[in-house]
Amino acid sequence: MEKLNYNIITRLIEKGSHIIDLGCGDGTLFKKLVDEKEVTGVGIEIKQDRVIEAISKELSVIQADLDEGLEQFPDKSFDIAILNQTLQSTEKPDYVVDEMLRVASKAVISFPNFAYWKVRFYLMFKGKMPVSEALPYEWYNTPNIHLLTINDFYDFCKARNIKIQKSIYLTRGKENKSLLTRALSSLFSEEAVFIITR
Amino acid sequence: MDLGIVKTEYFKIEGELPLECGKSIKDIQVAYETYGTLNENKDNAILVLHALTADAHAAGKHSEDDRKSGWWDNMIGPDKAFDTNKYFVISSNVLGGCKGTTGPSSINPNTNKPYALDFPIITITDMVEVQKKLIDFLGIKKLTVVGGSMGGMQALEWSVNYPDIVNRAIVIASTSRLSAQAIAFNAVGRNAIISDENFNDGNYYDKEHPTQGLGIARMVGHITYLSEEAMHNKFGRDFKNKPSFDFGVDFQVESYLDYQGRIFVDRFDANSYLYITKAVDYFDLPKKHGSLKEAFQKTKARFLIICFSSDWLFTPKQSKEMVSALIQAEVPVSFVEIQSTLGHDAFLIEVENQTKIIKGFLRGQDGKA
Repeated sequence: MEKLNYNIITRLIEKGSHIIDLGCGDGTLFKKLVDEKEVTGVGIEIKQDRVIEAISKELSVIQADLDEGLEQFPDKSFDIAILNQTLQSTEKPDYVVDEMLRVASKAVISFPNFAYWKVRFYLMFKGKMPVSEALPYEWYNTPNIHLLTINDFYDFCKARNIKIQKSIYLTRGKENKSLLTRALSSLFSEEAVFIITR
Repeated sequence: MDLGIVKTEYFKIEGELPLECGKSIKDIQVAYETYGTLNENKDNAILVLHALTADAHAAGKHSEDDRKSGWWDNMIGPDKAFDTNKYFVISSNVLGGCKGTTGPSSINPNTNKPYALDFPIITITDMVEVQKKLIDFLGIKKLTVVGGSMGGMQALEWSVNYPDIVNRAIVIASTSRLSAQAIAFNAVGRNAIISDENFNDGNYYDKEHPTQGLGIARMVGHITYLSEEAMHNKFGRDFKNKPSFDFGVDFQVESYLDYQGRIFVDRFDANSYLYITKAVDYFDLPKKHGSLKEAFQKTKARFLIICFSSDWLFTPKQSKEMVSALIQAEVPVSFVEIQSTLGHDAFLIEVENQTKIIKGFLRGQDGKA
């Protein structure tokens, strides 16, 4: 699942950007951006093994917790902050988004859409917490403590005066271009990618 | 693969070298070893900086019959973290040491007797100045510096003082300044030496050495190099035999410390221990430059900071402070806190993770990502 949106995100990043990749994992996306878009910058990741994996890909990576690890970065020290498939697992999503828009001019945020029809059906018919490719965890071991929907994200941005510059909806890693209304998008999209600014 | 047989070489700094304390030392000798080959551009050099009591012999063996290899042999050699097929690795004994580089046990050319306490007080800066002479002598233009513990302090000092030479700095289990607690342990060690009845104001070279004091200093040191958990795993509360009901060596942990103390006095000079621990205590990068951020604004190196979760002597918190300051100074930095139960000593033992991290860091291009 994680890999599916890499091409979309890569497309959104301007060549030579200075980026910060939050929750960069083993650095696969960051490395792709270095190779294809000649970006510079740093990744942040909490898990030791992933940090080591990312550093061995020749990336600059700092082991830190997103919920506290951004404060040392000066204002606007990056062109773009990326938060790929991680928003829903942060302890303080509002704080993390604020920090992203402080350290970078704009932010790219992607997350699994909890209003996707299959998720709704899963809960409705099985009566259990939805498990899917996009949400591969059980309720008791999921890191996704702040699951959200596309509509939730719109409300969140509106309330905080955050501008949505671009929104892309994906299902199975493919962009849904034909969905005319946001209501339909929220129903039929498995995942969303936003570019936001302050 | 291992390096095979290596040799310690010697280099002499002709004339007086001025020191931070205002005094100077004449005709300093530097013991050093090199592994691998310097390339044509003279930019594939890695300077390995040792901790408190190590020496220039970082890797390989001095002869076929050598039982032990150099102190970082698991990290330096063909295909190892510091790959000698690719890099030219240099290691030298620090100023003030007793392993071939001029120190208090060396002969003072003005008196033809050992310096003893006439040796001037040295600092981490002075150690680096001596290494700089060696690097110039070897004709090296670009340098990666790496060190654990006190070696990390030297790496920091190098990267701040010589920004045009140092392009990469690897700082392992180290700090920009010791905690009060760490200074306190060093003070106990020094007190043990100075109060030894054989100390004689440092003039013991032709008499009995203050081995009791130096042994105790080493025992204290070893306690700080391990963690509570490491000690528990290694010794627990095990007895050597059974309780003796006197004050002899009863527990395994006592026996270990006793042994470490005894073997140390055969290979280390008490005066060197005084001078080098003092240099470590004095090291204070933020104080010297106004703040840690201001210090790091002078460097042009890429940094790799590694610390160990159970290290309570050079703590993860201290490493994180360095990472924060590097970020604020907009210096490229990678940082890993390796989960380990081994305490401060981990930097000498946790080979697998360190190798992976360091290899990746060294492959990365300067200024990129």
